[in-house]
Amino acid sequence: MDFAFDLLQTMIKGLLTGMVYSLMALGLTVIFGVMRVVNFAHGEMMVVAMYLTVFAFGVLGIDPVVALIPVAGILFLFGYGLQRIVINRFINVPEHMQFILMLAIAIILVNACLMLAGPDAQGVQLDYSLDSFEIGSLLLDKVRVYAAAGSLLIAFTLFLFFSRTRTGKAIRAAADNYTGALVVGLDVKRLYAITFGIGAACVGAAGVLTVMIVQVQPFLSVEYTLLAFTIVIIGGLGSLRGAIAGGLLIGLSEAVAGFLLDPSLKSVFSFGLLILVLLVRPQGLFGRAP
Amino acid sequence: MTDTKKPISRRVFTGSLAAGAALLSMPAVLRTAAAQTGKEPLKIGVLLPKSGVQAGLGQACQRGADVAQAVLNDLNYGVKIELLNADTESNVDTARTQAEKLINGGAAVLTGAFDSGQSAAIAQVAEQRGVPYVINIAADPKITEQGYKFVFRNFPTAPMLITGAFDLQKQLFAATGKTPKTAVLMSVNDAFGTAMMGGIKAMFPRFDMPYQIVDVIAYDPKAKDLSVEVAKAKATKADILMPVSRLNDAILLVQEMVKQRWEPMGIVNPGAPGMYEQQFFKTLGKYSEFCVSNVPWLNPRSKMTPVLAKRFKEKFPNDLLELNVGFTFEAILIAADAYKRTKSAHPNALVEALRGTKIDDHVMVGGPIQFDQKHQNVNIKSAAVQNLKRQPTVVLPADSASAKPVFPMPGWNAKARA
Repeated sequence: MDFAFDLLQTMIKGLLTGMVYSLMALGLTVIFGVMRVVNFAHGEMMVVAMYLTVFAFGVLGIDPVVALIPVAGILFLFGYGLQRIVINRFINVPEHMQFILMLAIAIILVNACLMLAGPDAQGVQLDYSLDSFEIGSLLLDKVRVYAAAGSLLIAFTLFLFFSRTRTGKAIRAAADNYTGALVVGLDVKRLYAITFGIGAACVGAAGVLTVMIVQVQPFLSVEYTLLAFTIVIIGGLGSLRGAIAGGLLIGLSEAVAGFLLDPSLKSVFSFGLLILVLLVRPQGLFGRAP
Repeated sequence: MTDTKKPISRRVFTGSLAAGAALLSMPAVLRTAAAQTGKEPLKIGVLLPKSGVQAGLGQACQRGADVAQAVLNDLNYGVKIELLNADTESNVDTARTQAEKLINGGAAVLTGAFDSGQSAAIAQVAEQRGVPYVINIAADPKITEQGYKFVFRNFPTAPMLITGAFDLQKQLFAATGKTPKTAVLMSVNDAFGTAMMGGIKAMFPRFDMPYQIVDVIAYDPKAKDLSVEVAKAKATKADILMPVSRLNDAILLVQEMVKQRWEPMGIVNPGAPGMYEQQFFKTLGKYSEFCVSNVPWLNPRSKMTPVLAKRFKEKFPNDLLELNVGFTFEAILIAADAYKRTKSAHPNALVEALRGTKIDDHVMVGGPIQFDQKHQNVNIKSAAVQNLKRQPTVVLPADSASAKPVFPMPGWNAKARA
């Protein structure tokens, strides 16, 4: 009975963490799904957002929950500008050139963080950092619940944006048929910039929520880029539902594998899952077969 | 105008060229040795992880090196040292590269590097390049089992730490009249942690401890979240937690224990860093209280300790004098002592002098600093250091204690922590 309860608690914790993973992966999948650009600077953008949150908290005394919208806004503007000024010129070039470009942006961002913030881990020490919600006998730590709730809200808003707004529908139309979108007079360049901005804002929001749970340092970015890719490949590149499912699956599997087997095997389990999906369903759980 | 200069003959030219080439090809360390005759400052390469996951620990060690010259002056050692500092970035490969750089830069002796993996890498470089290396902190026994000629260690090996810790744990249970029945071991899975886990598993049956180890949980030292690991440990319902930690993960461990409201009888480490460091106290506040570290500690009865404490307080008034400072200072002291006796920075002379080291009065608990045939100081002893009133305080052995041990530890929100 105790074991089952402990396992249940661990699974809930894994799902809460997985929800934040999903938000991070949503940004990546939105950009790829619409523009077919693989954003290798995804983890770096997340780390930039984490540092902005640390700065907002440490210097301005702004709680991360409050900093969520401004930081996501800054990342939106950054993504929008980056797409309009740089990436847009690489949309129709061979993919390897896009890869190199995104890697270059990643290296610039991580080194900028290193120069400005130094190599040491930094975090936010909130008054409620060590508090937990008690639901019956279940204990859920507050920051993780807040982070998961924030992620859920943002993901829901994103779904509404793509399904209910004119701009969202236009972006989907441009993603489905680039030439058709041009023919009917859509400003595809602007739509792409908005899309990249939205992707950056998503990962920015994920960064704000993540820094409530873990400390940030520049080289964390590589791990997050890898994690985001693992999630979207499992869920299906370009699929919003896939990103959500993939994030939850990774969060859950890491927690359960750590609890039942060995915590050192957490990453092994994630990558094992990735290989399994690639073997059985290469397009991912929710991806469309080519 | 008449040119009266003699033309350079082929013989002179060839001779000069050969001499120049010989000088340039001479290893940097020999050039340094040639320049040092006991009056020049001894160039000591200090390799520490001052950034990355072990940054706080490396910076604490660096403070021990930074006060060394002033303390040596106060003790009338008559030796001048010049520190060549390098950051290993908590990375084994960087440690190796930085060791090479320091040797090329003229370091006559190396010291550092707090971590077993990094120290092992530096030891290889020191051995290949023929430069003496005095390890300040690293417990993996393999480092001094290699038969290295140039590597010396003034820090206990993992088996020495474990032996001391088990002995002190028995004293703790006897002194407080409370004995746990079960324990869970949580350990980083780096070179140090693996050596400690292996040592504990192998040595545990010999010590007839009153508790059983119900689970061993290994984790990545760079882990950013230990919620699953702590949940697994909590599920064992063990009476005590024995963490083999570093600093960041020790903080994460306690934070998760508070969040998950896991209140075992005690957190008693079997000889590991993390819980006596300044950052641990600063970050955790009241939750840092009552953790017990069984580690070598500064000897308040040594004549040298107050001298170090005075200089340390002058230079670092807001920092804590703890074992990282003590052992790094001692590493410099050992190098300076060897240089003082041999009056040469030549590697072979320094190695010979290091072999003959016998420093009776020094800052850490234990007998004289002396090296055995494997270049290991076997005279270091451990003490039980408990966090009391936000200070690491020696509580055992009783003859060195400055306070009584508190065990079991009060709950996370108990008044005693306020």
